Amino acid sequence: MGELLRDHEEQVVNRWAQSVDAPRDELLELYRAILGAIEQGGGDLADLRGLLTELSRSRARVGYSPAETSKAVFGLKGAFYEIVVADADTEVLRGFIRFARLIDDLGLFTFEAYAEAREKIIMDQAEQLLELSTPVVKLWDGILAVPLIGTLDSARTQVVMEKLLEALVETGAEHAVIDITGVPAVDTQVAQHLLKTVFAARLMGAECVISGIRPQIAHTIVTLGIEFGDIVTKTSLADALAHAFRRSGVQVSGRPATHVTVRAEQA
Amino acid sequence: MTREAVIESSADVVAVRRLVRSAAIEVGLSLIDQTKIITAASELVRNALVYAGRGELRVDVVENGAKRGLRLVVNDEGPGIPDIEQALTDGWTTGTGLGLGLGGSRRLVDEFDLLSKPGQGTTVTVTKWAR
Repeated sequence: MGELLRDHEEQVVNRWAQSVDAPRDELLELYRAILGAIEQGGGDLADLRGLLTELSRSRARVGYSPAETSKAVFGLKGAFYEIVVADADTEVLRGFIRFARLIDDLGLFTFEAYAEAREKIIMDQAEQLLELSTPVVKLWDGILAVPLIGTLDSARTQVVMEKLLEALVETGAEHAVIDITGVPAVDTQVAQHLLKTVFAARLMGAECVISGIRPQIAHTIVTLGIEFGDIVTKTSLADALAHAFRRSGVQVSGRPATHVTVRAEQA
Repeated sequence: MTREAVIESSADVVAVRRLVRSAAIEVGLSLIDQTKIITAASELVRNALVYAGRGELRVDVVENGAKRGLRLVVNDEGPGIPDIEQALTDGWTTGTGLGLGLGGSRRLVDEFDLLSKPGQGTTVTVTKWAR
């Protein structure tokens, strides 16, 4: 089988390049790697896999779908089959079946390599987003703020809660403002997480204010029947900060003419 | 236009909220009504996810004379609800939530229909009309 592949290299690669949408040089390199693997007895596929992973990635970058890449690999079967048929020896045909099986594996491998690369990018981004989207910022000595933006799911609220509680210990802050201006909807689960966070902070001696409650959120919370109890809530972060100032005895002096408005865009 | 979603993880719940939001905007619901139907959808699909492990959502735009509205059908093949009256009572839950999801959802929408039998899954149909 290896002999046949070597003897007809030129012909098979030309035919292959014609039938699939890929540069001939790339196919030739791949062809030689496959040939090498077959001549070694097909045991060591590490080099070949490396080459295929690279091929799969580079083609993905320029916009080929994983199916197109696998098809390009499968195309070798058709190109080689023409040579095998001309020979028509039973032994050669049997060899071709083994060869076809190897090509099938390789084609599927390119698909897997593509999916793996994708998966990794998505996981990295999800993690980055989780980290990035939940900052705990210091507004004043002893006053922390957590501006929440976007949809809150369990994982994110969990991260927020942990980060806030850690920051309370680190800074010794006694006031925290959780701002939900950028949260499009508050359902019972989100509310429950918020309540738990506030109670946990309270156990640590810190008072939490929830700010950024917009009319539609207030309406929904009331309709759902969620009780916020004695937790202080404010419409804007500015109000919450003013509240925290009063509670911690900070006095702000300045011209009262400036009016601060906080507006929430729909996320 | 009918939109459909399968809920198998909490990430799907987030996707459902986005789906319902775009449909609600299309129908012309006010900001408050959008938020209400999104929240109701969130509660109902999470119930399906928590109690049945998996659920399906269908979103339809419905018309009644000059009125347009949004109808959501949330369907699961979970254990079903033995006592529907009790399940709709505020504060009652077999899980770890606040026990307000089902009853709260009923208040968030204009029409609420719950079909469930033990062992035969649960189907909740809710409708919100544009005003």
